Amino acid sequence: MSEVQLELEILRYDPEKDQEPHFKTYQVACREEWMILDAVNHVKDEVDTTLSYRWSCHMAVCGSCGMMIDGQPKLACKAAVKDYADKKVRIEPLANFPIERDLVVVQDDFMEKLKRVKPYIIRKEEKPIEEGEYKQSPADLKRFKQFTLCINCLCCYAACPEYALTPEFVGPAALALAHRYNADSRDQGLAERHKEISKPEGVWDCSFTDTCSIACPKHVDPASALQQLKITTTVQWYKELIGMGDK
Amino acid sequence: MAKVNKALFWSLFAAGGTLTAFVFPVLALITLFAAHGNTPEIMGFEQMQGLLANWFGKLAAFGTVSLALWHAAHRLRTALYGLGLRADGIVSVVGYGIALVGTILSAYYLVQI
Repeated sequence: MSEVQLELEILRYDPEKDQEPHFKTYQVACREEWMILDAVNHVKDEVDTTLSYRWSCHMAVCGSCGMMIDGQPKLACKAAVKDYADKKVRIEPLANFPIERDLVVVQDDFMEKLKRVKPYIIRKEEKPIEEGEYKQSPADLKRFKQFTLCINCLCCYAACPEYALTPEFVGPAALALAHRYNADSRDQGLAERHKEISKPEGVWDCSFTDTCSIACPKHVDPASALQQLKITTTVQWYKELIGMGDK
Repeated sequence: MAKVNKALFWSLFAAGGTLTAFVFPVLALITLFAAHGNTPEIMGFEQMQGLLANWFGKLAAFGTVSLALWHAAHRLRTALYGLGLRADGIVSVVGYGIALVGTILSAYYLVQI
């Protein structure tokens, strides 16, 4: 079995001991089929058990192992070591977030923003069960399905230059989820979400650099969601202006 | 920036962007021909004046000029902010101001024709 030799430069930071983050280098002989996550796991299991990072599923579903790999936000479980063969690879925590420890970032800012955009179906009045289910056509489903695939890995926030500039910006994943529910034919919460989204730090800080969609490991295309959301928000603003906005 | 106006400015920006993407390459080409003295007869002064004497012509010319100005002002504003110029207030006032003056002037001159 062939091997891939990697020189991992991993950012280390222990807030109880270190003044500031620093890099530590590890030589790892990787099996050819490994992902970067396997190499990091190898360091944790065999070399330095104090290394801290988040991971769980190893199949690009849980969204835990987002980190900066060679300067790009990626899921460590989806980045093959073969692509970095015989190179020095920098592993850092996701950009634009405070570091909690080593590769673990503080996610509180995103969690709070996610809550604010109300990413769940809102009904003014629930239909009685006897009336049956809410039916959707394939066309109805297509309008939002892609945006349901978000796994909250935060790679898009690490990639977004506007979030880096303006930390108040609600940001790609939360806004894409807001759009996902606005675009759902069962939902009636547009006006409620509009209050948050139409604020200056809502959707408007997006300058459509498309970096979120390039970074997204699940091909959600948040940039598209945000442009559609800008149109929805603008239409609602004009409708409210003439007193005809969604209530 | 005024909080309520984000949607307003973005809608002008978006409309201007869509319009200019379609119209401006053609306008640039026509202007290039005209600049080389190859003005086709259909684009002579009288013909163009006739076109703008019509209210539909006026409206089309007004939309093209004013929306392009609003688009440029907003694009300039976000670009300068992205490039690190932290003077959003002044940039907005100057940029949108020029767009506003251009909008008023284009309306004024078009009505005169």
